[in-house]
Amino acid sequence: MNGVTAGQVFWWVAVPYFALGVFVIGHIWRWRYDQYGWTSRSTQLQERRMLKWGGPLFHYATFAAIGGHVLGILVPAAFTEFLGIPDHVYHKFAAIAGTVAAILVIVGVVILAARRLLVPRVRATTSPVDWMALVLLLVIILSGIVPTIYNMFGSAYDYRGTVSVWFRGLFTGHPDVTAVTTAPLIYRVHAVSAWLIWMVWPFTRLVHAWSYPLWYLWRPYVVYRSRAVVHSNEPGTSGRRWRRIGTRF
Amino acid sequence: MRVKAQMAMVMNLDKCIGCHTCTVTCKQVWTNRPGTEYVYFNNVETKPGIGYPKRYEDQEQWHGGWTLDRKGRLQLRAGGRLRKLLSIFYNPDLPSIDDYGEPWTYDYQRLIDAPLGTENPTAHSISALSGRDMDMQWGGNWDDDLAGATEHAVRDPNLTNMEQHVQMEFEQAFMFYLPRICEHCLNPSCVASCPSGAMYKRDEDGIVLVDQDRCRGWRFCVSGCPYKKVYFNHRTGKAEKCTLCAPRIEVGQPTICSETCVGRLRYLGLILYDADKVLEAAASRDPHDLYEAQLSLMLDPDDPQVQAEATRQGISDDWLEAARRSPTYALAARHRVALPLHPEYRTMPMVWYIPPLSPVADIVHAAGYDEADPDKVFATIDALRIPIEYLANLFTAGDTEPVRRVLRKLAAIRATMRAEQLGLEPNEELASAVDTSPTELRDLYRLLAIAKYDERYVIPMTHAEDAGRLLAQHEQMFCSLDAQGGPGMGVTEPAGPGGHTFRADDGREHFNLLGWDGASTSPHLFPDPGAAEGGPS
Repeated sequence: MNGVTAGQVFWWVAVPYFALGVFVIGHIWRWRYDQYGWTSRSTQLQERRMLKWGGPLFHYATFAAIGGHVLGILVPAAFTEFLGIPDHVYHKFAAIAGTVAAILVIVGVVILAARRLLVPRVRATTSPVDWMALVLLLVIILSGIVPTIYNMFGSAYDYRGTVSVWFRGLFTGHPDVTAVTTAPLIYRVHAVSAWLIWMVWPFTRLVHAWSYPLWYLWRPYVVYRSRAVVHSNEPGTSGRRWRRIGTRF
Repeated sequence: MRVKAQMAMVMNLDKCIGCHTCTVTCKQVWTNRPGTEYVYFNNVETKPGIGYPKRYEDQEQWHGGWTLDRKGRLQLRAGGRLRKLLSIFYNPDLPSIDDYGEPWTYDYQRLIDAPLGTENPTAHSISALSGRDMDMQWGGNWDDDLAGATEHAVRDPNLTNMEQHVQMEFEQAFMFYLPRICEHCLNPSCVASCPSGAMYKRDEDGIVLVDQDRCRGWRFCVSGCPYKKVYFNHRTGKAEKCTLCAPRIEVGQPTICSETCVGRLRYLGLILYDADKVLEAAASRDPHDLYEAQLSLMLDPDDPQVQAEATRQGISDDWLEAARRSPTYALAARHRVALPLHPEYRTMPMVWYIPPLSPVADIVHAAGYDEADPDKVFATIDALRIPIEYLANLFTAGDTEPVRRVLRKLAAIRATMRAEQLGLEPNEELASAVDTSPTELRDLYRLLAIAKYDERYVIPMTHAEDAGRLLAQHEQMFCSLDAQGGPGMGVTEPAGPGGHTFRADDGREHFNLLGWDGASTSPHLFPDPGAAEGGPS
C-alpha cells in the first residue's frame, strides 16, 4: 500500500472500523438499557394519507436497494462470471433494476420528507438525533441514485473492481485503500455517509429495523403470561422512563 | 378442562347518570401524561351516539375482532399473519387522531402576559400535538347527551336496519349511557394481532396487559381491538391500555372507576372458565349463539367437581371462595341479567352490562300498567322508549329474546318489591313467568339495589407471598446473613397489632390511618391526655 496518506487511512480505514464499533457497542448498550425507547415510533396516528403511499414505497424500495448492494458489493465479480453471466449483462441488469428501485426510493422519500417537514403534527415528533439520521439518509440516497441512473445511460463505472474490493477487504482485515480512492467522488461520499449512519443507527428510531417481527408467523395467537416478580433495576440502570410533563422529547 | 380465573366486571346501566366521574378519575390516575392526552381508558358514551373513536363499532370499516372464514375457522378480521407483516409500514385499519379528536390545551400564559387593554385577553386553544393554534373539531364526548344528534347519533352503527323505529325528534328521542373500559376478553384479538408478542393475557386473573419494554409500536393491537380500547401513545410510540387497575386488583381493591362511581353501578368479581373451550365457543356459527356459548364457558364455582379440578390446577382456596361469592358470576350466569357487549366480535368480552329499563313510550300501555297482572307488566317491555332491537344490537348480536328476558326479569323485581312494600299480595306468577322464584328475585334485588362495598367488589388478593422475600433479597433490605440458619437469624421484629401503629421521629407512638377499616380500635390516634402539658414549649 504505497502512497497512502494519513487522510486516506482516516477516511477509508479508521472511520469504517470506528463506525462498526459504535454500531455494535451502541446496540448492545441500547438493547440492555433502553427497551422502553426501542420502537418504530410510528406517526400514522398523526397523519395517514401521505404515509399510505410514502411508508410502503420507501421501505419496500429500500429492501430492493439493499438486495442490490448485497449483489454488487458482497458478491465478487468473479462469482457472477463463474455462473456464466457476462459482465455487460450484469451491468445492464444492475442498471435497470437499480434505476427502478432508485426511482421508487426517491418517490417514497420525497413523500416522507415532505410529510415530516410540512405536517406540523409529524414534525413535532422528530428528535434532533432523528433529524441527523434523516439528513444522512437523504445524502446516502441521493449519492446512491445519481450514479445508478448515470450508469443506465452513460458508460457504466465498474465499482465492482474498486469500491467492492475495498469494502470486502474491511471484513477480511485487509482494506484496499488505493482501490476506493480511485473511485469517483460521488461513490466516496456515498460510502462515507453510509458509515456515518451506522454510527448513529443505534441511537435513533432506526433500531426498529432489527425488530421486524418475523416470528409472529409461527407464534400462537393468544399469549398467556404469569404474573412474575419484577426485580427493580439497580440504581442508575433503569434507562429512560416516562418523561416529566412539559419537557421536549 | 383447564380452569382459569378471570376478573370480570358488570355494569348496571339502569344506574348510570352519565356523570363521567369514572372517566375523570381514571384519566387522573392513568393518562394525564404527554402522549396520552387523547386517551381515555374509561369513557362514557351516550347511546345512540357515534362513539369514541368515531364509529368504532362498525367493523366493516375498522376490521377489528374476529370473523369466521368460509370453512368456519376463526380468523382475525383484518387478515392473517403474513398480511399483517406485509402491511406493517402502513396499517390500513388504524384510526387517525382525528377520529378520537385532536387533543388541545389552552394558552393560559396569555391571560397573565397580555398587555393592558380594553379587551379581555382570551386563552386560545392550542394543539397538544404540534403546539399550534387550532380550532376544536371533535373530542371524546362531542356528542354527549345527544348533542348534535340529528347529525351524529343517526350515524350510530347500532342503528342500522332499524331506522324505522328510531326518531331523533326531541319528544321521541331516547338515550342512555354506556361506560366502557377494556373488555379483558377471553379471546383477545389485540393480543393475537400484536406481532411483537408484547401483549399478553395474565394467567392468574385474565387481565390483558402490554409489556412496555417489548412493545415495538407496530400498532396492530390498536386496529385489532374491535372496541378500540388499546391506544397509541404518540410520544413514547408504544401501545397502552386499561390495566383493570392491576396494581389495585392485586391487593384486593376495586378499580378506580369502580371505586369512584357515584351510582355504585359497577361490580367486580372472579369468574371461573374453561380455557380449553374458548376457541370452540368463539367459533360458533350463528352470532346469536355467541352469548350462550360464552355463558357455557363459565364454570359453576359451587360445583364440587369444578372446585376439585380448580384446586388440582393450582387455584387457591381463597380464590375459589371469592369465585363463589362473586357478584359478576351471580349477575351474568346465575341470574342471567348481565349481557356481553357486542358478542359478535367473537372476542368473548368480560365486561358485561345489565341493560337499562326506560320510560314507557306508549301512553296507552302506560295507562294499562298493572303490577298485579304479569301480562301487563311484560307488555310494557316492548313499548319501552329504548327499542329492544337497539339493545339487542349492542348486547346480543341482534337477538332480541335474551334482552327481552332480562328486561322482564328487572320489571318483575320492581313489581314484586313494590307489592311487598305496599303490603300487597306477592304475585307468585310474576316470578315463575321469568323462570325464577320470589326468593331469587329478592336475592337479585339485594344485589342490584342495596349490595354494600364488599358485596359489589369481591377481589381476592394476589398470592405474592414470595415477592417481598425475593425483592428484599435483591435490594438487600435486610442482611442476607439473617436468613434461616444464617449467623444473624432471628432478629426480625414482629409487626405491631394489625401493623397500624408506628413510632415517629418525635419518639411518640402514632396511629397509621392508611388501611384502617374505621371500625377496630385506633390506639395512639390522639395523643395521651397528659401529653399536652408536657409538650414542646
